[in-house]
Amino acid sequence: MHRQEGLEALGFRIVMWGLAALSFVLLLAPSLVVVVVSFTSGYSLKFPPPGYSFRWYVSLLDAWQLQFAAGNSLEIAAATTALSVLLGVPAALAIARSPTARARALDSLFMSPLVLPALSFGLASLMFFSLIGLPVSPLTLVIGHVVVCVPYVMRTTIASVAQLEFSLLESSASLGASRWYTFRRITLPLIRPGILAGAFIAFMSSFDNVPVSLFLRDARTDMLPIRMWQDLEGKLDVSIAAVSGVMIVVTLSLMILMERVAGLSRRLR
Amino acid sequence: MSYELKLAAPLAAFFGLFFILPLLILLYVSLQADTAMTSMAVSQFTRFLFDPFSLSVLAHTLFLGVEVTALCLILGFPLAWAYVRGPAWAQPILIVVVLLPLLTSVVVRTFAWIVILGRQGIVNSALLSLGLTDTPLRLLYTEGGVVVALAQVQMPLMVLPLITALSRIDRNLDDASAALGAGAWRGFWRVTVPLSLPGILAGCMLTYAAAITAFITQSLVGGGQMLFMPMYIYQQATALQNWPFAAAISIVFLAAVLAVVSVFNVLGRLSKAHAEA
Repeated sequence: MHRQEGLEALGFRIVMWGLAALSFVLLLAPSLVVVVVSFTSGYSLKFPPPGYSFRWYVSLLDAWQLQFAAGNSLEIAAATTALSVLLGVPAALAIARSPTARARALDSLFMSPLVLPALSFGLASLMFFSLIGLPVSPLTLVIGHVVVCVPYVMRTTIASVAQLEFSLLESSASLGASRWYTFRRITLPLIRPGILAGAFIAFMSSFDNVPVSLFLRDARTDMLPIRMWQDLEGKLDVSIAAVSGVMIVVTLSLMILMERVAGLSRRLR
Repeated sequence: MSYELKLAAPLAAFFGLFFILPLLILLYVSLQADTAMTSMAVSQFTRFLFDPFSLSVLAHTLFLGVEVTALCLILGFPLAWAYVRGPAWAQPILIVVVLLPLLTSVVVRTFAWIVILGRQGIVNSALLSLGLTDTPLRLLYTEGGVVVALAQVQMPLMVLPLITALSRIDRNLDDASAALGAGAWRGFWRVTVPLSLPGILAGCMLTYAAAITAFITQSLVGGGQMLFMPMYIYQQATALQNWPFAAAISIVFLAAVLAVVSVFNVLGRLSKAHAEA
């Protein structure tokens, strides 16, 4: 009987750890494969590569279309993040601890872009802007991006406001500090990691946005993910592997940095 | 002490103007009889609902979401379980491996699968060198390829809520279940799974919504042979310039996603009440 129990427990462990190991490899392998293949000396995406070189990274120095798109994406993501923080943080403060039905309704509204198909929203925005006669421009792109990125700022900020010790704010007020002074000297420093984490995720998700950019960009505002997608649809260009390698390394470094300064991983759950 | 609701007014106004109003215009355009947009009718919706091709695209897309979500759950649950039960030193490594794909560009992640599944990719070179096949298999542009790629791309959305749910479970319950003579599997199905149900449902909802709307992965790994709703909308709107029909498909798609999300929300609330009871 005891041996049977031991066997069952062993079987359970083997299945669970086996599946966990499989998904670990599944999550990690694609990034590794891209990094390895980006150093190929050949002209194809053959894996393993026939030899190794930096040639595809060197080729990026002349890839002006990709550089142009990357520059646009960075600018749009920066503007989107700034506007998302400006609009999202006050709104998060307002609804974080409010139990009213109106606050709950606003919360659901602000979070809804996370689950609704962004492509439908992108098309709706295009129709809206063309109806009011506003041609697509960096401005329309930023507006569209803010709608789908502001939920990330809201989510992490609301979580950090919910953890605030409100007695701190009350004692600050009772000592005669003005609301603005209390906000600047006590509230803001305490919720700053939450805002930072949200701003970081908003930035990454704007930089990576496809479904909204698809409808709201034109040749002058080419976006990096869309440029890469169109390149991949046409031909399998190895320079895309080099771009991907750069993006993986930058993402990983930023992620580790944000983990240090804002405890990113705790704020994503 | 709390903040006034009026601090939310700027964002509420922004959403009213740039989120709700565009969606209302989408609805208005979908109710146009033709591309001239001069008379209103429900003809775009009847065209969709009586067209076997459109219906099959919708059904195919919704079913793709089920396949991806199931695979994510089967692989993601043990990973979250390993995170919670494994040694403390492994946790930072695991969290980086889970978060990196979430923050890496979706085009990059999809590109990785093109490299892996291609004719000269890692799977085919392994199969060829093991002598399991003489000619490279076609893995790209197959439904199986799309499901596996999407599962990897969306897995973090499943794993993160599961980690939260599993960390909340009192470890003593495991010991209690074992002490009462329940085997490992019985304890797992009767204690761990029911108590983590809120996390399972939250993870399934996020993965499902993300999988069926994943334009880039669907189009690059699926290729031209397989048509899913997002690409269908994009083609009708841009290549064919048929705005009323594109709007109608978008509305149908929005409604389908909303229905699925509401079902998960209701189930989530029930399961939370159950887990806390």
